[in-house]
Amino acid sequence: MAVADHIMPAATQTQGDRAPLARRLFWALSVLLAGISLFSLTYGASDTSLLAALGDWVQGRELSLRDRVVLFDIRMPRLVMGVLVGAGLAVSGAVLQGLFRNPLADPALIGVSSGASLGAICAIVLGGYLPARMADFLGYYTVPAAAFIGAWAATMVLYRVSTRRGRTSVATMLLAGIALGAMTNAMAGMLIFIADDAQLRDLTFWSLGSLGGATWSKVFAAGPMIVLLLLAAPLLSTGLNGLALGEAAAGHLGIPVQRVKNLSILGVAALTGAAVAISGGIGFVGIVVPHLLRLVIGPDHRFLLPNAALLGASLLLLADVISRTMVAPAELPIGIITAVIGAPFFLWILLRRRGILDM
Amino acid sequence: MLIAKDIGVRLGDNQVLRDLTFTARPGELTAIVGPNGSGKTTLLRALTGDVEFDGAISLSRHDIRTTPPWKLAATRGVLPQSTPMAFPFTVLEVVRLGLIAGIGADRAALPHRALAAVDLAGFEGRFYQELSGGEQQRVQLARVLCQIWEPVVAGEPRWLFLDEPVASLDIGHQLTVMQLAHDYAKAGGGVVAVMHDLNLTAMFADSVALIHNGALVRQDTPAKVFNDHDLSVAYGCALRVNETPVFDSTFLLPHTASTGPGPAHRP
Repeated sequence: MAVADHIMPAATQTQGDRAPLARRLFWALSVLLAGISLFSLTYGASDTSLLAALGDWVQGRELSLRDRVVLFDIRMPRLVMGVLVGAGLAVSGAVLQGLFRNPLADPALIGVSSGASLGAICAIVLGGYLPARMADFLGYYTVPAAAFIGAWAATMVLYRVSTRRGRTSVATMLLAGIALGAMTNAMAGMLIFIADDAQLRDLTFWSLGSLGGATWSKVFAAGPMIVLLLLAAPLLSTGLNGLALGEAAAGHLGIPVQRVKNLSILGVAALTGAAVAISGGIGFVGIVVPHLLRLVIGPDHRFLLPNAALLGASLLLLADVISRTMVAPAELPIGIITAVIGAPFFLWILLRRRGILDM
Repeated sequence: MLIAKDIGVRLGDNQVLRDLTFTARPGELTAIVGPNGSGKTTLLRALTGDVEFDGAISLSRHDIRTTPPWKLAATRGVLPQSTPMAFPFTVLEVVRLGLIAGIGADRAALPHRALAAVDLAGFEGRFYQELSGGEQQRVQLARVLCQIWEPVVAGEPRWLFLDEPVASLDIGHQLTVMQLAHDYAKAGGGVVAVMHDLNLTAMFADSVALIHNGALVRQDTPAKVFNDHDLSVAYGCALRVNETPVFDSTFLLPHTASTGPGPAHRP
């Protein structure tokens, strides 16, 4: 030990400092996301290729109507939606885990997504009963707004139930999530009973979670909210870092604990609500992405949140490519792909760190 | 100056502290001692604003109830009894959390100096969860030191609140940490520590508050507070205080204690 200290004093200085690595990873993931985006535009059930289309455009040839529709009205909105939803779910997972001080908190697992789904379902089925003026005012935003309210209510209930005197019991949190999920399923079931045929089709889509049916209007309904929240999320990082020490210790570091908690809950509800409103309950992105990143760059939220946005977007796009090419021309709901990958991953975390449940 | 006047704390149906008055001066190490359940930690939590209390507490003339958290964080650090952490932080990352509130000059080097001060130089890259309880406690102390490294800033003392800082440490590191707290006080800062070990308290404290059943028995120098009568009443067993011939400090041995009624001890 003494010898090592003597030879490498410089190495000791940087040991345990993962900030430079996290900064490099940010650029690497940006490149990865750009690459996957291009791939996603090029590869699909139809043989339309972005590169070929670009080539045509450079040579001044007119793009065929079919290619234009495939590229700009089918693949492009789907790409943008995948990026928004993937980034949104991964970041809400990371914030939720920071808030609950536990790596097992995932919007889909603990019922936040169920709450959002219930809100969205209510808006679809009961939207016709809204006063006309209000329906006009909300327009495209009716479903996202209802999903936000549902997600917010679910998060508040969860936090109230599972947190006593500043300590969150994970077992309680997961069990409360099960109860919330069951309750929202039951209420959704009742609503489905009174839904008409068109509404029914919309509803089945929620239970599976899918990027299919992506349109520019959906992107514009939820996109601004998601982008705004993704840009604002890093403002919470110092507060969430402090919360890792516990609420009292965070307060002693000068962190306005109550405000950080309230903003986190609102932010997670809005992000999850917006993402669920356009894509349904896609699970496990929020748990897999932050966990993988923490293994590499550590839990510092200043780096975790931006990297989670990039990796979440990349992985969801990749899952989407798989979902629409594996059984082409049909497509698998993307929720199935993320669950097939995510569920064993969740079990793996449990196996490695059983102690987590006792915290 | 830390002044707590007529402090009362209720937790649920229990009146844990009653009309307790306590003071601590900068430049001194003030210890809070008493048997289990006497209200030591509750008093510290009232002093740091973690529990609701009746009465008034002021730190350097600021009412702690109305001073915003960031302002308090700039002048005082608090070390809890233990700090479990959910995520895999490295030791360096934990210590750097202290910089969130800190206004220290040399932010890059400070965590390393703080770790060296608690005898953990070279532990920067280790994972917090993989350390022993005593090592974790010293990492947290380094974090708190990072927050308030300079004992005096702009003529105002800064404060260190320690909840049983040496409870999980070996005897060598108990002395390291007590010496560190003592030096912080001697450099002009204020230190308030909940202590279990009466001998270490006698060695290092300038002032001791003895608490029994949520009330103050007496606050004075260790030599005055540690007398056979007060200690025996508070701790419920006959204790005999001795004096070391060399170091001029009181000490007591468990060997000389005997409980009154109850299970018989060896004569």
